[in-house]
Amino acid sequence: MNTDDLIAALAGDVTPAPRHAVARRLALGLALGAVAAVAIMVSLFGVRADLMPAMMTGPFWLKLVYVLSLAALGFGLIDRLARPDGEGGVLATMIVAPLAVMIILAAYQLADAPAALRMQLMMGGSYKVCALNIVIVSVPIFLGVFWALRSLAPTRLTLSGAVAGMLAGATGAFIYAFHCTEVSAPFMTVWYTLGIVVVGAVGAVLGRTLLHW
Amino acid sequence: MVRSLAGDGVAYATLLRRLNGHLRAYYVRRLGPGRGADAEDLLQETLIAMHARRSTYDATRPFTAWVHAIARYKLIDHFRRTKRRAEDPLEDPELLFSSADTNAAEAQIDVEQLLRRLPEKTRRLIRDVKIEGLSTAEAAARHNISESAVKVGVHRGLKSLGVEIKDEAS
Repeated sequence: MNTDDLIAALAGDVTPAPRHAVARRLALGLALGAVAAVAIMVSLFGVRADLMPAMMTGPFWLKLVYVLSLAALGFGLIDRLARPDGEGGVLATMIVAPLAVMIILAAYQLADAPAALRMQLMMGGSYKVCALNIVIVSVPIFLGVFWALRSLAPTRLTLSGAVAGMLAGATGAFIYAFHCTEVSAPFMTVWYTLGIVVVGAVGAVLGRTLLHW
Repeated sequence: MVRSLAGDGVAYATLLRRLNGHLRAYYVRRLGPGRGADAEDLLQETLIAMHARRSTYDATRPFTAWVHAIARYKLIDHFRRTKRRAEDPLEDPELLFSSADTNAAEAQIDVEQLLRRLPEKTRRLIRDVKIEGLSTAEAAARHNISESAVKVGVHRGLKSLGVEIKDEAS
């Protein structure tokens, strides 16, 4: 095809683009994935029976705030990386902040606890399944976010894949937190983080293929 | 671009035609002579990609940076597909045109036009070594001079061009 004809064809096909189109697209993918993830979580694991009383306790909220702050940073970061000239900027370094806070809290709890109890704080009652469950719940969110990214224009594919995976993992962890009854900061720091990192690593590996355009 | 995103097809066509020239120069220069068809393919692919993903342009950021990022992505992708290593001109301190495509004003500097200011011999040396990509030895053989003469000639030529570009800019 002649390039001049191509230009004419493209110019004839111009419709107004909505403002914040990138964020909207990402939010749509995230939301669709999250709806499916909630369905999976409820049918596979079930919402914890003591949700109401749990909502009166600190650890329940700590868990939510931790993963939600990771998800928010991940969203802000991927909103930039989804553009061809996108740079992580200051958000990229801020992403370690929630983890750093959790590590300090966890270290404090561990130091405060009698030696015999430390292992229990770390492992809780569900360490064998926690990270895996988070990964399972994250799958539809992962698909949703990657679907959105495929219509956008990331140029750093591995990094974008990693951040998108992390966003999916953190959102999945948020949903899973309504099932999980663990209360200790060391448990959250180790196992929630592990689940999120695994999804992020999968995203990094698949980024080059899935996000290619 | 801002008007194009608002749905102005005429502004968009004008924009695409102007980009067309810049992008063609960009790809022709990067792919080297004899690869005009590849450059044309890449150019069209880039225009289509830009069109399909135009919503990723953020009006608060420089438009040239956005276009350049897409063009660069498509170029690297092309090199990856064809298994040819992308030579990064930034790694070559002698190549003073290295930043010529980083913004629209600089992109208009025509390499050929610049070269015409140099003495015939130097010009041919630079064209052979820097644009056609001959090795120093090959160029030396072609011009019947020693390898070090080639190196010195190219170096001096680029240096004087650099001085001229700088003078014009200031």
